[in-house]
Amino acid sequence: MKRNRMGYFLREGIHSIFSHGFMSFASVFVIVACLLIMGCFVLLTLNVNSVISELESENQMVAFVDERYSESDAQALRGRVQNVPNVESVVFVSQTEAMANFVQQYGDSPLLNELEPSILRHRYVIYLKDIARMAETASAVKDIEGIADVHYHVEIAKGFAAVRSVVTVVSIALVLVLFVISLFIMSNTIRLTTVARREEIAVMRMVGATNSFIRQPFLVEGLILGILGALIAFVLQWGIYSFVVSRISTDGVISFIEPIPFSAVAIPILLIFLVVSVLVGVFGSLSAIKNYLKV
Amino acid sequence: MVQFTDVFKEYENGVKALKGVSFNVRDGEFVFLVGPSGSGKSTIIKLITGEIAPTDGQVIVNDFDLNRMRLSRLPYLRRSLGIIFQDYRLIENKTVYDNVAYAMQVVGASNKEIRRRVAYVLQLVGLDSRTRRYPRELAGGEQQRVAIARALVNNPRMIIADEPTGNLDPAKSLELMMLLEKINEMGTTMLIVTHEKELVNRFAKRVIAIDGGRVISDGMDGYYNYEA
Repeated sequence: MKRNRMGYFLREGIHSIFSHGFMSFASVFVIVACLLIMGCFVLLTLNVNSVISELESENQMVAFVDERYSESDAQALRGRVQNVPNVESVVFVSQTEAMANFVQQYGDSPLLNELEPSILRHRYVIYLKDIARMAETASAVKDIEGIADVHYHVEIAKGFAAVRSVVTVVSIALVLVLFVISLFIMSNTIRLTTVARREEIAVMRMVGATNSFIRQPFLVEGLILGILGALIAFVLQWGIYSFVVSRISTDGVISFIEPIPFSAVAIPILLIFLVVSVLVGVFGSLSAIKNYLKV
Repeated sequence: MVQFTDVFKEYENGVKALKGVSFNVRDGEFVFLVGPSGSGKSTIIKLITGEIAPTDGQVIVNDFDLNRMRLSRLPYLRRSLGIIFQDYRLIENKTVYDNVAYAMQVVGASNKEIRRRVAYVLQLVGLDSRTRRYPRELAGGEQQRVAIARALVNNPRMIIADEPTGNLDPAKSLELMMLLEKINEMGTTMLIVTHEKELVNRFAKRVIAIDGGRVISDGMDGYYNYEA
């Protein structure tokens, strides 16, 4: 009997989708539109974060070792520098290497050739986990005995951190607002289909259907429309994103940006779409028929 | 079985629809409930089907005490009743067969049982050749017979018909009433609300007359002497 009922709910739900074709189309259209806007913002946030992470990873600080330390003494400091909280990795650069870099950077002028490497100090190039905590990390490194000075650019670090948090907050807010809007529109769309079926629901109640029995076909309908919307939105999102990515990589000005490939985010995007649209479909249909289930 | 004991009903807008109504309908009876519009007939029907609750007094329908019944029991009360309306209330996008089968699906009957029972009641009301039609393809009398089949299909203890012949011509009305009488003879209690004097007088059954929210006569003579 249970299986018989499941079959009945499925049949009724699917039958209702086709017999209210235009409203079903409208519901799917609304879900697809909201998911696409949501998806675009999620992808934008992911890409901004990835670009900033890239830039951040190139932002480093340099700790200079006291000039009285020999190269081996200087190298012995590595463990202590590495152990400072928030330090991701350290690279030791000896006087000689520093000079070689310097010469490479500023050209092979005769003036430079006469310089002794000893005028430069041994140094550590330090990469950080969290760039926002650059200043405190710098002062912790400076406190290590044998470190004479630390150079860093705190303004740049602060700028990156600020951009990242603004983009994240704005995107989360937008996604939440869009979620609420799509829930509202979906609920109203399904409400329109239930207005058309007010008589049908009244008949169901008159022949002794329980509320949960009346709800099931509507739930099935909301669920099917939601999943359908998610799948269509996913395919469209894929197409739109791939198109934008291809335009970015061929554009001369911004081609330095390396967008995240869609395949890397396809599964999470599909899951987000499914979860959101199933929630919207189920809660939309529940809230839409609530009014008709009173006595 | 229906038992009204000193029932009062006052609506939220202050209209006093029933002012102390008492009557009994025993199992197997055939009863006409008559009276002019606004007399309280519809209120009585709504009380029996549990759409509204009495302001005062006791209503018992098929062993359900409506004063004390939990709301979740309401579907089970309605399954013990078959309800027929003047405007048929069929579902337009379902065939004749599906409109009737639907009432059985709602109560969780098996497919086999549904096929057997629906075929039987459609034959009983004379629609076995119309099973694949949609309501809009049928004449008024046929649509009402679909509604009767739907009311009958779950084998209810009682059928309540609210102006079942209101939209039918006299010949069709008579035919329909004879069908309801036949169903009553098979054991189903019948409570029919109507204001069609000739029909009521012709059948000579028990007649309860309502006016101004009170029972003004209740007799077995089958005579409807009230001027509607």
